[in-house]
Amino acid sequence: MKIIDLVNHEDFKLISKISQTEREIAGVECCDLLSWVMANGQEGEAWITVQIHSNIVAVATLLDFSCIIVPENIEVDAEVIEKATDEDIPVFSTQLDAYGIFKVFYEAGI
Amino acid sequence: MYRLQRDESDLAMMKAFEVSNEDFSSAGTASSKIKKILRQIGMDAGVIRRIAIATYEAEINVAIHSNGGHIEVYIKSDKVDIYVEDTGPGIADINLAMQKGYSTATKEIRELGFGAGMGLPNMEKCCDDFYIESVVDEYTAIKMTFNL
Repeated sequence: MKIIDLVNHEDFKLISKISQTEREIAGVECCDLLSWVMANGQEGEAWITVQIHSNIVAVATLLDFSCIIVPENIEVDAEVIEKATDEDIPVFSTQLDAYGIFKVFYEAGI
Repeated sequence: MYRLQRDESDLAMMKAFEVSNEDFSSAGTASSKIKKILRQIGMDAGVIRRIAIATYEAEINVAIHSNGGHIEVYIKSDKVDIYVEDTGPGIADINLAMQKGYSTATKEIRELGFGAGMGLPNMEKCCDDFYIESVVDEYTAIKMTFNL
């Protein structure tokens, strides 16, 4: 599954601007404790988090995550979206909850 | 202010970054810059990852707990030394602070996903040599060495 597949998926909305959409999604990390994510996150994973402050962009950049997914229609500040755009990190918004997101990835073979 | 003595032997490059305590939610700038520099040099991706995690945790600690500080990166042919020094409350019991899950972070900070009590243990785990000293109400100083 690639970033482009999420871009084209009806349940996901890309809210940052990115330069390339061909990156492969290697797996999924779902956690809101940033130190836990730093210790356990793997390169290329999609990261589901309800944290919406700009530090999530730093974490995603440092771990080379393929994207950030903010569940349950939580609104993300323009400042955070701008920072993600600067760092070329895809940020997706979705009305799905974490379980709903897992199902999409599972059905896609991840 | 320098708390730890620097080892400048075999030094190829030194970079210094100020870390402010004013806006911890946007902390991570210094560690992102450090990662970019190491990438440009062409350092091994696994080492870069360990350094990125350790400097991020250090930067967050300085931003959350101290009155500000700095991170200095000494790049050498066979290793990278990273010094993190701040002024502030210091750490009363370092052994306790090194335990996973122990944190003095406030409720507000925890709600933002910080303060899990994993910062110092993560840092120690990521580097090859970890040194920490602290004086209460004065400073905390850390040296981390990553072998190349």
